[in-house]
Amino acid sequence: MLRFLARRVLGALVIIVLISAITFFLFFALPSEPALMSCGKNCTPDALALIDKNLGLDQPVPVQYWHYMAGIFVGRDFSVGHCPAPCFGYSFSNQQPVWGTIVDRFPTTLSITVGGAVVFLVVGVGIGMLAAAFRGTWVDKFFSSLSLIGNSLQIYFVGVIALAVLVSGLHWMDNPAYYPITENPGKWFTGMLIPWLVLSIIFIANYSRMTRSQMIEQLSEDHVRTARAKGLSRRTVFFRYAWRGALAPIVTIFGIDLGSLFGGAIITEFTFSLHGLGRLAVSSVSETDLPTLMAVMLVGCTAIVIANIVVDAAYAFIDPRVRLA
Amino acid sequence: MWRRFKRDRSGVVSAYIVAFFFLVAVTAPLLSKVYGKNPTETYGLDETGLLNEFGYPVAPNGGISGRFWFGVEPTLGRDVLTQLVYGIRTSLLIATAATVLCVLTGVLVGVTAGYIGGRTDYLLGRFIDLLLAFPSQLSFIAFTPVVYSLFVSPGKETPTSLRVLTLILVLWVLGWMGMARLLRGQVLSLREREFVEAAKVTGASPWRIIRKELLPNLWTPILVQSTLMLPSVVTIEAGLSFIGVGILEPTPDWGRMFANGAHYYESDITYIFFPGLAMIIFVVAFNLLGDSVRDAFDPRTTR
Repeated sequence: MLRFLARRVLGALVIIVLISAITFFLFFALPSEPALMSCGKNCTPDALALIDKNLGLDQPVPVQYWHYMAGIFVGRDFSVGHCPAPCFGYSFSNQQPVWGTIVDRFPTTLSITVGGAVVFLVVGVGIGMLAAAFRGTWVDKFFSSLSLIGNSLQIYFVGVIALAVLVSGLHWMDNPAYYPITENPGKWFTGMLIPWLVLSIIFIANYSRMTRSQMIEQLSEDHVRTARAKGLSRRTVFFRYAWRGALAPIVTIFGIDLGSLFGGAIITEFTFSLHGLGRLAVSSVSETDLPTLMAVMLVGCTAIVIANIVVDAAYAFIDPRVRLA
Repeated sequence: MWRRFKRDRSGVVSAYIVAFFFLVAVTAPLLSKVYGKNPTETYGLDETGLLNEFGYPVAPNGGISGRFWFGVEPTLGRDVLTQLVYGIRTSLLIATAATVLCVLTGVLVGVTAGYIGGRTDYLLGRFIDLLLAFPSQLSFIAFTPVVYSLFVSPGKETPTSLRVLTLILVLWVLGWMGMARLLRGQVLSLREREFVEAAKVTGASPWRIIRKELLPNLWTPILVQSTLMLPSVVTIEAGLSFIGVGILEPTPDWGRMFANGAHYYESDITYIFFPGLAMIIFVVAFNLLGDSVRDAFDPRTTR
C-alpha cells in the first residue's frame, strides 16, 4: 500500500510539473506581452521596461519558470519587496500577492463543492438503488425519465430559473452568498442552499443512472444468487452483497467530479455571483491577469491529481480484488 | 441495423428532432427572410411602443405577439426568435466542427496506439493521461484568450471568424482523448482475433488491415461516442459564451442568450425560456438518439 501510494504521488508530481510548465509557457512565451497587459492603456516604453524588470519578465521563459516554481517553496524577492513562501507572484490587476487571494476564495469553492457533493451523492445513489430495487415498475420508469431530463439540464439555465422562482418570485430565500461557516453557520447554510440544489440537480441524474445499472449488474452476479439461495433476507442481499460491488465505480466517478469541482465550480459560481476560485479564474481571464490564472490552474490540477490518488486508494479499500502494484 | 433502428420509436422521433435543429441552423438566413426579421436589428429601439422606459417589453410574456413570436429582447429590443435561430447556427457550427475534428483525431490516435502497440502506445497513452489531467473547464477558459492572442496582437479586436476558429481549436485539442482511449481498447482486443491474424498471414498491409478488418468493427463505438460527444460540446461552448470567453456581441450565440437572460430574469423571465427549452429538447433528443443507435448496432445491450 505504501509503495503504491509513493509511486502514485511521484507520478502525480510529474503530472503537476508538466502541466504547470505547459501552462506557464503558453501564458508567458506566446506573443501576449504580459507586461503590456498589466501596464494598462497609457503606457510608455520606459514604464514597460520597468514592469518587465520588476516582474522578471526580461529573462528567458525557462528561467522565469524556474523562479516561479522555486518561489512557491522558498519565497521570492521582487524589487518591490519580499514575497513569502507559497509565492505565486503578484496579481497584474490589483498588485496583491496571488496566494492571499487564493486563500481568500477557496472556502467559497469548498463550501459549494462539499455541500453539493453530499446532496447529489446521497440523493443520486439513493434514487439509483430505489430504481434498481423496483426495476421495471413505475418507480423505475419515473426516475429513469427524470434522470434523462436531469442529465440534459444546464446550470446556466436551471440556476437562473431557481433564482427567478425562489428569490425574486416567491421571496423564500435571499440571493446566494457566502458567509464563513465559523462566523454564522445558519447564514452559511441558507446562503449556499440554492447553489447546492442546482448543482445537485445536474449531478443526481448521472449518479442515479450509474447506481441503477451497477446494482442491476451486481444483482445478477453469481455470489448474489448464492447469497439468495442461502436464504439470506432481501435486505441483506441488497445492502451487504450487491451494494458493495456497485460502490467501486461510483467512487471513481465521484472522485473525478469532486476533483474538478474543487478547481472551481466555474459556471455555478458565475451564475450565482459567488466569489470562489472559478469566478477568480474567469475574472483573471477577462483582465489577462496571468499570475492569478496560473495559480488557479495549478490549484485546480493539484486537486484533480489528489482526487485521483484518493480514488485509487479507496478503490483498493472497497474492493479487495484490486491489487495495488 | 437500419431496420432495428426504425423499429425504435423514441429513436426515430429524436432523430427527427435532431435533424430539425440542424435544418434550422443551416437554413437560418432563409427562415429569417421568410419571417421578415433579422437577429441584429434593434426593433425595440427603432420603434416606440415595444419597450417601456426601463427597457423591458411592454407586451406581456416578454413581448410575445403575432409579430415577434418569441418576444422581444429587453434593452436592445432585438427579435428573440431570430436570435435563437442564428444562435443555434453559431453553436452548432462550432460544436459540429469541433466534434468532427475530435472524432478524426481520436480515431487516428486510438487506432495507431492500439494497432502498433509497444512504445508508440505507451507514449501516446501517457500523452493522453497528461491532457486528461488538465482541469477541463478551467483550461477551456484559460487557454481561449491565449489562442486569441496567437492570432491577434493584444489590444486589438478579435474578429468573429477568429473567435469561432479559436473555440473550435480549444474544444478540439482538449476533447479528443476520450475517443482515442476507447478505440485503443477496442483495437487492442480486435487485434488478437482470428480474422486479423488471418489477414496478417495472407500478407495484407497494415493500412489494409486497419481499413478493411478493423474499421468496420469500430463503426459502432465511433458512432455512439460521437452522438454522445456532440451535445456535450454544444453545452461546453454555450457555457464558455455564457461566462463571456466565447462568442461576443453582436454575433448571436446560444450560450450568450443565457448570459443575457441571467441579466434580465428579475423583470423578464420569458426571455431565457426559449433558449433554455430549446437546449433541453436538443440534448435530450441527442442522448436518446445515442442510446437508440447503440441499441440498433449492438443488440446485446439492454437498457
